[in-house]
Amino acid sequence: MSNKILYSYTGIFDTPDQIIQAAEMAVKEGFTKYDVNTPYPLHGMDSAMKLPPSKLGYIALIFGLSAALATALVIGWMSAIDYPLVVGGKPLFSFPAYVPVMFEVTVLTASIATVVAMLFFFFKLPNIGHPLHGTGYMKTVSSDKYGISIQVNDPKLILPDGSFNESFILKFLESVGSKEIAPVYWDEEEINHQNKILDPKFMVFLFVVAIITSAVTYFSLNILMNITPFNWMAEQQKLSVQQTSSVFKNHSGMLVPVPGTVARNSMPYQFSGQPDSAGKSLINPIPVSIESLKKGEIKFDVYCSPCHGFNGDGAGRLNGQFPNPPTLHSDKVRKWTDARIFAVITEGQNVMPSYASQLTVDERWTVINYIRALQRALNAMESDLK
Amino acid sequence: MDSVNYKVEIPVIEGNPSLGGLDELISRPTITKPDRKYYIALSISLSMLSLGVIGVALTFFYGIGMWGNNIPVAWAFDITNFVFWVGIGHAGTLISAILFLLRQKWRTGISRFAEGMTIFAVMTAGIFPIIHLGRPWLAGYLFPYPNQHSLWVNFTSPLIWDVFAVSTYFTVSLIFWYVGLIPDLAVLRERTVNKIKKIIYSIFSLGWRFSNRHWQHYDMVYLILAGFATPLVLSVHTIVSFDFAVSILPGWHSTIFPPYFVAGAVFSGFAMVQNILILIRKIFNYEHIITLNTLEKMNKVILLTGSMVGYSYLMEMFIAWYSGIQPERFVFINRALGPYAVEFWIMVSCNVIFPQLFWFKKIRRSIIIMFAIGIFVNVGMWMERFVIVVTSLSRDFLPSSWHHFTPTWVDFSILIGSFGFFFTWLLLFTKALPVVSMAEVKAVLKGSQPTHGDH
Repeated sequence: MSNKILYSYTGIFDTPDQIIQAAEMAVKEGFTKYDVNTPYPLHGMDSAMKLPPSKLGYIALIFGLSAALATALVIGWMSAIDYPLVVGGKPLFSFPAYVPVMFEVTVLTASIATVVAMLFFFFKLPNIGHPLHGTGYMKTVSSDKYGISIQVNDPKLILPDGSFNESFILKFLESVGSKEIAPVYWDEEEINHQNKILDPKFMVFLFVVAIITSAVTYFSLNILMNITPFNWMAEQQKLSVQQTSSVFKNHSGMLVPVPGTVARNSMPYQFSGQPDSAGKSLINPIPVSIESLKKGEIKFDVYCSPCHGFNGDGAGRLNGQFPNPPTLHSDKVRKWTDARIFAVITEGQNVMPSYASQLTVDERWTVINYIRALQRALNAMESDLK
Repeated sequence: MDSVNYKVEIPVIEGNPSLGGLDELISRPTITKPDRKYYIALSISLSMLSLGVIGVALTFFYGIGMWGNNIPVAWAFDITNFVFWVGIGHAGTLISAILFLLRQKWRTGISRFAEGMTIFAVMTAGIFPIIHLGRPWLAGYLFPYPNQHSLWVNFTSPLIWDVFAVSTYFTVSLIFWYVGLIPDLAVLRERTVNKIKKIIYSIFSLGWRFSNRHWQHYDMVYLILAGFATPLVLSVHTIVSFDFAVSILPGWHSTIFPPYFVAGAVFSGFAMVQNILILIRKIFNYEHIITLNTLEKMNKVILLTGSMVGYSYLMEMFIAWYSGIQPERFVFINRALGPYAVEFWIMVSCNVIFPQLFWFKKIRRSIIIMFAIGIFVNVGMWMERFVIVVTSLSRDFLPSSWHHFTPTWVDFSILIGSFGFFFTWLLLFTKALPVVSMAEVKAVLKGSQPTHGDH
């Protein structure tokens, strides 16, 4: 028993008047490290204990005003600067419409800040290990009695030699009319308790939490999101390609066009496998102009230049990975008709694949115009200078 | 009864019980095993809840088409229920915050319960806008957060104000409730002999030790929270009414909506609190804590707010006539005589006529009659929201786009389910936590405060 560390002496009172008087006497004696515990707040106890007024109001004020200002700024930035969108003909920064949200955020922030400040900073809660817990004193004062607890390390109770003046506190508690006087000791387990991160129980707890978190995450991201109805409307009541359908006679969801149908802007290519006859029959319909050359340049740079090079000389960026294409400035190509080049682009030649799916008919012709411009640039003639 | 001495305040708690006796009485339901009646009540509410779950599951799977909603009646039962349940919640905050600021001591016996009711009602209300989203699991888009679409919500929309108002209201109510619960959880912690319960109570009471150095700040925080909650509760239903008032639809586009909605919310909320408290005081023998005087005062509030609602009905009609705008006039004639006339007249009789009976003291103090009127009020207030939402939408400016709304069984199952959800939480609450605030009730007991006579 003797090695227990004393925390305080407690006294219990029956009526509110007695405890108020006891608190006043404690102040008069000069005690500073004491506390009054009552089951509910008593009127007049603050003045009896001479407590300064609570400063929590300032916290509410500061956090509330900051939240109001911050909300106005953030909303203004969102709707007038970052994502300006005119709604209902109102100005981009329509302050009156922001007032409701500003008000709500102010109330929310101030309330949370005040309560958090009170519980965790003013009271230093949670504090389950406080020596007063688990005592008969706490049981009584939580229910129907009023108690005072004076800590033994109160400066008034320390004798000059550093020891604790036990008789003084007992005399004081008796003098104010306390009924039950009892010492309160620190709980040894609480004092000696040390949180160990490597405690097996804690490790098991962490492990279980990790497993559950990963399982839930995996489930919701990889399984739940693929289950109807959470799968982003992937399954709808409509026919997709390749599905069967009872509506049509051939039980196919896809309908084949009537034979001989020609879709818009896609005249079938008539000279497949006959580049030479194509070169004789087709005529470039695109007139040479600044715009068509510009268009042709863009398409050429995107689709042709990787192999043929920006100048059409065969020095493309894919050199070495594919067999180099011959230069477009050879006599052969220069003497080809536009339509002969068209046949190559449309059907491909040797290693070169068809570009019919990348370039529309008109785009092919503009590219050819551009190739002509390139050829002329590298083989400029006297007459061009004029 | 005849010779009332008005100089002496009527004690809030009757019979002058001892402090310890109060603890014993209030914490008893959390200690004892639930009886048969409790299980019957719980099974009924759980059955209602599961009906709602079925309705919601069908809605999630097949979409909003399971409901009777159509175009132009895109809002129907869902928004009706939302406004109804948010309104129910308002009584709790009114009791815990506004009456606290007004120093109405009679609120102590009912405040905890009313606050709990607020939280559950707001939870219930929150379900409806979310299930109405079509793809409710994407509800997070309602909040402005930096997303990969680099897109922000439209802050000039009342629907976004709603998101902020309801979520703030829920959070602040929850905090308010929890702060009030801390001392009571500490009482339960000291009283319980069950080891697991002791751990739970210890954790949630945060090691509260009834210190007066704490009580001082605690009182201050309670005051601040009450001060915040008071404008908050007024703002929430104001913003809910903006959902309608900011539009240009005849019958919605009305400046009287905010005060009218707030009065209606308090009206229906008080009726709900009164109804449930009548059952609670009977079941848990709290007749001397939740006294007849308290119930009478609640009935007076119902009478007052009911008259305000009645006045609003008249004023709406008057303004519709006085404005001279034909669509406005038509809407109100259509409400009274059109296809939803039955709902309209149920609303008028339940909200305006029956509560006027509370002018008679005998009726104010008769448990059976006040219970019946409370039910009428809630039926009437639900009908009011239905009439406002559906009549205006179903017949707007253009007769060619008119459409009648007929609810489906899924609509009704979700409505019933919402009651099941609310009552399930309520029943669990009555067994898990003290439904009366011990610290607050003790503080208003006779002789519990210092006399200040001798010093």
